[in-house]
Amino acid sequence: MSTPDPAPLYEVLRATLRGDRPVALATVTEGPGLGAKLLVRPDEPVVGTLGDPGLDRVVGRDALAELDAGLTATRHYGAHGEARERAVTVFIESFAPAPRMVIFGAVDFTAALARVGKLLGYRVTVCDARAVFATRARFPMADEVVNEWPDRYLAGVADRLGPRDAVCVLTHDAKFDVPAIVGAVSTRVGYIGAMGSRRTHATRLERLREAGLDDAGLARVMAPIGIDIGARTPEETAISICAEIIAQRAGVVVPNLCDGAGPIHRPPGD
Amino acid sequence: MREVLDDIDRWRAAGHRVAVARVVGLDGSGPRDPGATMVVNDAGEVAGSVSGGCVEGAVVSAALELLEGTRPRGVISFGYSDDEAFAVGLTCGGTIHLFLEPLDW
Repeated sequence: MSTPDPAPLYEVLRATLRGDRPVALATVTEGPGLGAKLLVRPDEPVVGTLGDPGLDRVVGRDALAELDAGLTATRHYGAHGEARERAVTVFIESFAPAPRMVIFGAVDFTAALARVGKLLGYRVTVCDARAVFATRARFPMADEVVNEWPDRYLAGVADRLGPRDAVCVLTHDAKFDVPAIVGAVSTRVGYIGAMGSRRTHATRLERLREAGLDDAGLARVMAPIGIDIGARTPEETAISICAEIIAQRAGVVVPNLCDGAGPIHRPPGD
Repeated sequence: MREVLDDIDRWRAAGHRVAVARVVGLDGSGPRDPGATMVVNDAGEVAGSVSGGCVEGAVVSAALELLEGTRPRGVISFGYSDDEAFAVGLTCGGTIHLFLEPLDW
């Protein structure tokens, strides 16, 4: 059997996905030009055509907007891209880069959270200022292990963090977690969670206010981190944290630990 | 699509032709969101999924027909609202619309 002919548009899609760069693929699923494709990337020329310059222009614009929002949807157009017509059905599929999970604190819980983060498709960074803890050998599952102060690391990636991303502060140490939380609140990151008992967090709240956070900023911080599923082990805690991240993104009401009272770790069988 | 790139690479390197089925729409409850992708090669090998296992068997049959030239590219739907629902329905009760095409682009 011979090798199939090269497929240029697919090759561009493949290379862009392999490079974890954003790309949207528009496909005519009904109407003239069935199967025709337009591949759209930010700041790069489009590849392919849907068969009409007007349609290409309108769909190219819509595809960039969908990509920015991380949306995938079917849209209808006139044959030349007219709005409110239905001659052509176009499926616009967004391939946004993997969302980021930044974990501050290279502790036991970090390895479990990094594993679950990877399972959910996050690009996971572990960051700790203490070089003896933040090692590749301890976190082989992470995409990146960074030996840096949290505020300095966040200053460097602030413009890359957005609503789909998560920052989890597991440091358990005010001198690291205050700058990490203050730094995270200054970004557009969608989820911020901080580990620690209710008593720890009450003390931390004072320090965060002293560091300049207002009520709106503090309201973005889920602390104690995670939802109340009676988690005890690092792995169970990782599930609890990720469940909170998923629920927040989905806008679903769950028993967040930060809204509860009493001890986070109940005795077994209680 | 991202999760089936390795399979596509391997199949194409071995000279296989490939059909791609993508979820392009859902009515009501569906197990996988638009964009969920399943690929089938001309030897009947499968990667990825478009539902919770409810319609994959039927998609393989349709994909092989496509690769054999006995079915055109286009949208196929599975759900309670059409005849095929009784043969291969979604357990969640919704209708799923797939766009099935050969990887010739």
